[in-house]
Amino acid sequence: MAPASSNSAGDLTSEVLQALSKSDPISSTEAFPDIPFESIKAALDRLASRSMVTYEQVEREEAFLEPEAEIIVSHGSHEARVFEAVRQAVDGLSIQDLEGQIGDKTVTKLGQGKAFKEKWIKKDGAKLIALVESIDDVTRDQLKVIQENRTHDAKIVADLKKRKLLRMQKIISFRISKGTKFALELVKEETDLTAEMLASGSWKTAAFKPYNFNALGADQNAGALHPLNKVRHEFRQIFFEMGFEEMPTNRFVESGFWNFDALFVPQQHPARDLQDTFYVSDPVKAGRPAPASADDKHDYDAYFQNVKEIHQDGKYGSIGYRYPWSEDESLRLVLRTHTTSVSAAMLQKLAGQRKDGRVPPARYFSIDRVFRNETLDATHLCEFHHVEGVIADYGLTLGGLMEFMDMFFGAMGVTDLVYKPAYNPYTEPSMEIFSHHKGLNKLIEIGNSGIFRPEMLQAMGLPKDMRVFGFGLSLERPTMIKYGMSNIRELLGHSVDLNFIQRNPAVRLDKN
Amino acid sequence: MPTINVDKYALFEALGEQFPGDSFQKLCFDFGIELDGDTEHDPSRPKDQAPELAIEIPANRYDMLCFEGIVTNLNIFRGKHATPNWRLVEIPEDKMQTLTITKDTAQVRPYAAAAILRNIKFTQASYDSFIGLQDKLHQNLARQRTLVAIGTHDLDTIKGPFTYEALPPKDINFVPLNQTKQINGEELMGFYETDRHLGKYLHILRDKPVYPVILDADRNICSLPPIINSERSKITLNTTNVFIDMTATDQTKLDIVCNIMVTMFSQYCAEPFTIEPVKVISDHNGTTRVTPSLATRTMEVEVDYLNQVCGLEESPESISKLLSKMALSAQPLENPKLLKVTVPPTRADVLHSCDVMEDVAIAYGFNDLPRSTPNKSVTVGKPLMINKLSDIVRHESAMAGWAEVMPLILCSHEENFEWLNRKDDGTTAVKLANPKTVEYQIARTSLLPGLLKTLGENKAMRLPLEIFEASDVVLKDESSERRARNERHWAAAYYGKTSGFEMVHGLLDRVMTMLRVAFVTHEEGLAGKSIDFEVKQNPSQQDGYFIKEIDEPTFFNGRAAAIYVRLGGKLQRIGEFGVLHPTVLEKFDLRYPVSTLEINLEVFL
Repeated sequence: MAPASSNSAGDLTSEVLQALSKSDPISSTEAFPDIPFESIKAALDRLASRSMVTYEQVEREEAFLEPEAEIIVSHGSHEARVFEAVRQAVDGLSIQDLEGQIGDKTVTKLGQGKAFKEKWIKKDGAKLIALVESIDDVTRDQLKVIQENRTHDAKIVADLKKRKLLRMQKIISFRISKGTKFALELVKEETDLTAEMLASGSWKTAAFKPYNFNALGADQNAGALHPLNKVRHEFRQIFFEMGFEEMPTNRFVESGFWNFDALFVPQQHPARDLQDTFYVSDPVKAGRPAPASADDKHDYDAYFQNVKEIHQDGKYGSIGYRYPWSEDESLRLVLRTHTTSVSAAMLQKLAGQRKDGRVPPARYFSIDRVFRNETLDATHLCEFHHVEGVIADYGLTLGGLMEFMDMFFGAMGVTDLVYKPAYNPYTEPSMEIFSHHKGLNKLIEIGNSGIFRPEMLQAMGLPKDMRVFGFGLSLERPTMIKYGMSNIRELLGHSVDLNFIQRNPAVRLDKN
Repeated sequence: MPTINVDKYALFEALGEQFPGDSFQKLCFDFGIELDGDTEHDPSRPKDQAPELAIEIPANRYDMLCFEGIVTNLNIFRGKHATPNWRLVEIPEDKMQTLTITKDTAQVRPYAAAAILRNIKFTQASYDSFIGLQDKLHQNLARQRTLVAIGTHDLDTIKGPFTYEALPPKDINFVPLNQTKQINGEELMGFYETDRHLGKYLHILRDKPVYPVILDADRNICSLPPIINSERSKITLNTTNVFIDMTATDQTKLDIVCNIMVTMFSQYCAEPFTIEPVKVISDHNGTTRVTPSLATRTMEVEVDYLNQVCGLEESPESISKLLSKMALSAQPLENPKLLKVTVPPTRADVLHSCDVMEDVAIAYGFNDLPRSTPNKSVTVGKPLMINKLSDIVRHESAMAGWAEVMPLILCSHEENFEWLNRKDDGTTAVKLANPKTVEYQIARTSLLPGLLKTLGENKAMRLPLEIFEASDVVLKDESSERRARNERHWAAAYYGKTSGFEMVHGLLDRVMTMLRVAFVTHEEGLAGKSIDFEVKQNPSQQDGYFIKEIDEPTFFNGRAAAIYVRLGGKLQRIGEFGVLHPTVLEKFDLRYPVSTLEINLEVFL
């Protein structure tokens, strides 16, 4: 609050203090009738903020004289003026002369009627004569009182108001009393503790202005991380805690081979439709699977052949899909539709590793962008994020998969999971994961899981007794549920409101 | 996943149970289908219409794409029925109807099969379901009729032997289904071009020199697959003998469709579950055979495998009992470690022992399976290095007061090139073949378009705006298997009443400091006399970064610099920053000056 600095205001505060020292309480309208309301209010606020005075606002209605009433006060009521004129004429007064003496036709007419009624005068032939020696001019007296006091007995005020002699006006005044720190002088107050005050020691004697604890602090001009990445961070922490290694998913362009064929998705599968998958026109075609580095000793040609055979003719105890598998289709380039393409490449690399004479168990995860040629709506965007995990180990069971999913979702506070049989071309069994949503009071799907098919794993050269769990969910869906959002564009893409990014609270998936 | 709508009351009647509360939903859940809707309490349902259930079927369960299939499978699952014994009517081969395939069909649609349902009795409901199943098979397994097409005929309106031929369009004359006028094959494309249902199948035949047709003994055209049947042979509620023709480009899918069509509806035949076979003569390619095959398939499955994955210790007998709920019959073999599993002709989804294992688990109940620890082995968690690096940069940027944004990877060609006053030399950007809108023509090669579009959407905010992103761009790379690679970039943009050039410069300095990369000057030092500093390899010089003025059309003249780093003696340009050129601002509809910064982070790995 800026201190009131003008002289007049300063003077006024000291006048208030002076007045209060003489009489307590005081009324502002009585003590300072000529000071404008705003000035008085400002002075009182200043004093009150230091507890030097207290005040309360008093509202009341005051009566003011209309012009006609002003005339009555100065000249008397109409009837009194008529009576007086008649009384002063010794032999009575003709009506014409009365009018002449009063000089106002209306006053004469109204006054005559009232004076007759009050039996002050009577008609004697053509003349008017007084019946009494003197009268009380009640109206004038009442108006005089009101002129002074601005009020009167309620009935009288109402009567006069009815006679259109008064108008009412709302008046605000202050009833001012001494405060607990009443003093005659206004002490200067400091707004802040400064280095100078510390140096000079003036803080010891200075008076400090009270702080307004109802106000917000200063804007921090803070930077912010994107809410979706904050949720991603939580997921990553859970994965690290559970011993997962992050996969190199920084590869958006894939071949049909890695995105579909390697996962035992047949070439006629609807997911490979133009309606669902983005195909790449430039560059034109992928190369056959090949080692990316010199230390990769894997036999990629054999793998490519295995994948072809498992689709076309069947292998590894599977009858396969039995259709003519096309290399051209396999080498079409796509934007990956899931991060499982990278999981496949990782598992294929894993198959080449040996530890203690066998392929070592592994846990992999990724959280990254995937692409679908969706028709866009509130919940579908052509890009979103997959959260994906893979566990490769020996002796894994379905009960272990469900136990793991309970732990994984439990780490983010999602409990009471149930599992539903589902279909996915590359996992068998496939388990959809549902959780009971308390708000909606129904089961909602929160993710997918399963055991990768032997057709996929054995073609890579993974041992038959190694089983691989795969599970996944989108990053956007739990985030939208958490924040009660209905439109994915409010979360991902360039239409996101920067206010939302800057004010979005820290994410703690295990809380609330 | 296909969704099948069924009459709720009729379904419950056929299942012999009223399913109070959510017990039907629970049954679906346990079996692996999904109850997606129930119009019982839908106020918009007409009063005279029975409530419908919408049931989602897994995409590989072709045997549940109709009312009959759902009932059969749920009744088997609930132990109410045994798996039906679908069988062929015994009939000597020389008495069979025949369908002869001519060689010409190889040019367009080489495979065919046929079957007959005798003495069938349709009701309105079963007739609708029969038509509905064809529709669902066409849409799903048959990939919009490209792989398989089904034609159904009233056998009493046509007579065998039948032929499957490929004829020039001009030689084809017939009245198509639900039409009154005869049309010629040449008129076909024009006639159905605008047809809402059939128009989408025309491409399968368009420009083919011959069209496939099924003909009867009198050379009446029964159907012109995969487009339309003939009006002459159409089936009605009163049809009692149904001839089914199926033509295909894929032999396996043809056999599946053939088995599904007849197994689902043979229950309505006078002798239920019997099908009259047709001899398909295809001597030109040696595939003469009797269809449908109705072949069951037997597999030997290891009991230990089934038990181990499910975490069970069930006897072969009890596993057999479980499998019978899934329409698979199983018998213990002499070798107690093996189980002989017979897969009925309806279960085309069973490819491997793992499919049998899943059925054991479903029959047992997923949620009843014994739990065990998933933590068999110890593994060590580890971040991907590029993500760790970009997270450091992200956090430093946010700590410096900048807000992170996440625009899309895909953008229009204009946004990535023309609008930034950049030229596409054809060597960088990956282009998409089938985007639905221009917004998604290419994968971005720069983070700038996304940042600028984000600014454009937030112009109403209090200025200045300071935003950043650390994410991937995609670049063509002929040397790699996928012919493209991602590159992790970091970019920032400042939008305010002044250019903010020194702000992005300051952010660059800050992040470089955090990455332990020092600012170096050329020999003359910061206050050097010479400004024509040579950017060249010089391994003897110390590591660090420096900037050098550039003149590139993205930026305003004299207000841009390239960023160079020398790491391990290797010098490379990693990006640039500067005040954007006003023509760029105009393209992105930005009214205040913008300064941007973009670098490749991968050099710091």
